[in-house]
Amino acid sequence: MHNRASLWFWKSFSLMLLAATALTAARAQDLKSFEQKITTKVLPNGLTLIICERPEAPVFSYTTFVDAGDVNDPSGESGLAHMFEHLAFKGTSEIGTTDYAAEKVALEKVEQANNAYEAEYLKPVGRDPKKLEELHKAFVDAQAEAHKYVIPNQFTEVADANGANGLNAETGLDSTQFYWSMPENRLELWAWLESSRLADTVAREFYKERDVVIEERRMRTDSDPVGRLTEQFLATAYVAHNYGRSSIGWPSEVSQITATEALAFHKKYYVGGDIVVSVVGDVDAKTAMPMLEKYFSKVPGGPKPEDMTTVEPKQFAEKSVVIREQTQPFYIEGYHRPSYRDPDDAVYDAIQDIMSNGRVSRMYRSLVEQQQIAAEAEGFSPYPGDKYPSLFAFYAVPLPGHTPAEMRDAIHKEIDKLKTADVTDAELAMFKTRARADLLRGLADNQGLANALAEYQTRYGDWRELFLQLDAVDKVTKADIRRVANQVFVASNRTSAEIDTEAPATAAKNDGGAQ
Amino acid sequence: MKKLNRFSAASLLAGALLSSLATPALLCAQQSKPWEHIPIPKLHAFNPQQPKRIELKNGIVVFLQEDHELPFISGSVLIPGGERDADTSKAGLIDLYGQAWRTSGTTKMDGDAMDDFLEARAAHIETGGDIDSTAVSWDSLKGDADQVFDLAMDLLFHPKFSAEKLQLAQQQEAAGIVRRNDDEAGIAGREAEKLIYGANSPYTRQPELATIGKVTLADLEAWHDRSLKGKLIVGISGDFDPVAMEAKVRAAFEGLPQVEAAAPRHDEFAGPTPGVYFIDKNDVNQSNVEIVGLGTDRHNPDVPTLAVLDEILGGGFGSRLFQKVRTELGLAYAVGGGFGAPYDHQGTFRAEVLTKSASTVDATKATMAEIDGLNTKPITEDELKRAKDNILNSFLFRYDTKGKVLDEREKLEFYGYPADYLETYHAALEKVTLADVTAAAKKYIHPEKLAILVVGNGSEIKPGLDDLKMGAVHPVDITIPMPAQPGAAK
Repeated sequence: MHNRASLWFWKSFSLMLLAATALTAARAQDLKSFEQKITTKVLPNGLTLIICERPEAPVFSYTTFVDAGDVNDPSGESGLAHMFEHLAFKGTSEIGTTDYAAEKVALEKVEQANNAYEAEYLKPVGRDPKKLEELHKAFVDAQAEAHKYVIPNQFTEVADANGANGLNAETGLDSTQFYWSMPENRLELWAWLESSRLADTVAREFYKERDVVIEERRMRTDSDPVGRLTEQFLATAYVAHNYGRSSIGWPSEVSQITATEALAFHKKYYVGGDIVVSVVGDVDAKTAMPMLEKYFSKVPGGPKPEDMTTVEPKQFAEKSVVIREQTQPFYIEGYHRPSYRDPDDAVYDAIQDIMSNGRVSRMYRSLVEQQQIAAEAEGFSPYPGDKYPSLFAFYAVPLPGHTPAEMRDAIHKEIDKLKTADVTDAELAMFKTRARADLLRGLADNQGLANALAEYQTRYGDWRELFLQLDAVDKVTKADIRRVANQVFVASNRTSAEIDTEAPATAAKNDGGAQ
Repeated sequence: MKKLNRFSAASLLAGALLSSLATPALLCAQQSKPWEHIPIPKLHAFNPQQPKRIELKNGIVVFLQEDHELPFISGSVLIPGGERDADTSKAGLIDLYGQAWRTSGTTKMDGDAMDDFLEARAAHIETGGDIDSTAVSWDSLKGDADQVFDLAMDLLFHPKFSAEKLQLAQQQEAAGIVRRNDDEAGIAGREAEKLIYGANSPYTRQPELATIGKVTLADLEAWHDRSLKGKLIVGISGDFDPVAMEAKVRAAFEGLPQVEAAAPRHDEFAGPTPGVYFIDKNDVNQSNVEIVGLGTDRHNPDVPTLAVLDEILGGGFGSRLFQKVRTELGLAYAVGGGFGAPYDHQGTFRAEVLTKSASTVDATKATMAEIDGLNTKPITEDELKRAKDNILNSFLFRYDTKGKVLDEREKLEFYGYPADYLETYHAALEKVTLADVTAAAKKYIHPEKLAILVVGNGSEIKPGLDDLKMGAVHPVDITIPMPAQPGAAK
């Protein structure tokens, strides 16, 4: 301990030097230098294009950021945004089909057959098993008929054969992102592929893909103890807002989503005003921008759809979830906090950093190193999204022989310290230094930069905010941290969830000591 | 966040093959193929910057890779010897060493003080261990680089292993051990490798509470002294002056004694005993199916051909497995597979499919049929072209950053491959013919030698695994051995 105390003193002196170093570093790669490299254009249909020239190697990366995610799934259709994301890899009227005119007719028949089957299936009374079987057969036959026109996975095959790297997509509650990297000489080919699938999605092989998505749910949620726990945790923390809803979809809902619903989602949300496309790499904006404009003008125009108006009411009762099963113990708790637009947004970042970042963090030092009760312990935010008021969550993974209750008590002690005493100068300075360095580190990666530019452009209306955020970071004070901690980390605003380990029904084979 | 395709990041190369397999009649119809009319200009000239290689008199090799884009400097020292070379009765030693080395710190500065010093500068020094190596690595802003380098060297040459930090590492490791059966995919991966290499192979033996409990401070110190005698590989990249950096690295490493060559390994693996193996897990609704056998090692001249064959079988969206099991049958979100070809020992062949309990048998059969199909459904010129296009057109993503070029060179140096390996490999890939892949399928695809492992919920798997008609189902016991005295791991 003696050793550490002396270091703190020494460190607070050296920090002043350090801040100066970091600032010099930032100057070399500052906002001005990025303004030279970045060109943006808002097309008449509302879609925003961003090009960032970074000719380090003859490649580029892109991100298409759609400002719609599973939070926008209509009631009864949870998982729809994600389902649509899968559909966006199935091709268009030009790619993935042998004869689109005939396929279109066949796909309409699939919808009719599905509707008929579903109507019978969902009958509350008087469901006729024989009729159901016939309708199911008709549905299967209609799909087989439509399948005759399909060239499966042609869209991704063309991308792959042209060198696409890291091709993937993600659907979150707030947004949907599509991305990959390619050799720079495929820029126009990419623009054709990407703009086509955004503008002209065909609900091809939809019902097979729905089965695939349900398998994804089984993998991520049903068959994973922490997946099961967090689904219940969020469902308990929220009573009104869609952040509480299973984002991959409740089984009964995701299994009933129809192609018609997916296309309606597309029509409403995949409009120009809702989409930012950013490209980073060996791209010359002067020649590329007019070309991209030509292709991305195909995306239907339209203003941003109206935002969700549901506001989670203030929580006034502490809530908890306990899962008793044979898996190992786990503890998580969360407190409602405002959205990213709140003036205190950077204060939450500071709290997260000081509580959780690395071996110097308070939770690691306390729960892992000193008390030796947890294998991991962290706080993180915003969760499960950032666009709307979300949670500040803390979790801890107990060491063998320790319980969720001990995790909860230890976390509460650390939270109390935030509320009753200021963080140190060194902790606050460390947060600011690391925030700046992390931003810089991210700038040398085409894909990371493409994601960040698109996200900041969407969330703040200006990619420059990626750099300007550091001003808010610099302004965070010790008093801010204490104020926010006292405001947010209170029992009536808390939801917790834990796994309490049950002994197996039969005695353990080997000697005891098991949880 | 949800990933569309969990294999796209993990597999050797992303893939595509021909749809006409599923629907052979259709290619004659259709399609104006507008994308084929889009011009593809000549790729901008690109000569990836190679790092400067310096071989010291004592045999230590240094790579310096200048990169002035951002004001950071990072480095690493790669040290031969890892878990496969450690004492069997102390499985987990290298994990504990990799953690405790850094958290203990040095004679001058203990690990906690080092944490404070580094984090205040947004800098890092980390240590870690792997199957065949250990390493210390560091990174910092340019302005702090001298201090961080000195500290990293201090950690490399003057570590002071602490009993307290060893105990902390043992507790962390114990937490991982008692939790390992909560993770279905983890069970499947681990037990599949055991079937292939044998349960007590240096490549698969598991840390247990008993084995990690035996590890002492003296073991960590002995390992450190022993491994430092090997051929170290130093790699540094970032915003530095090359002359000054070379002098600095020489000063740190030139005084060391002549490196000792590692004893060559002679790993021999029998491969799995064919049959069906089952692990019952009652809290899941999806089965993890692994179909496994032996693969090859990278010295094998057939590796480029096998990479193409992999692409055809299970590489990505266009592969036969993806097309059939996921797209056509809708039986899986995660499906894929192929040959592993590690640099210095024989790898595995693995195909994997995750499917709902009730379709376990169907999905297993469908996956097996695609493996078998490499020999029975002739590979076409179109499949070959697509597979090669996929690999060759994305090949430059192996060296599109200075960091990747450096990493590759270090790896080749470590395993004793020529510096131009990637060029040679690329040239070999270009030459792969249909006759080559067809012959490779004959030579390497032997369904009768494969084992099938299923992790899943036995009460839901209907029809049962007997329906695979591959003989009796062998249950696999994954009970975690508990030491006689609770707490002995401490």
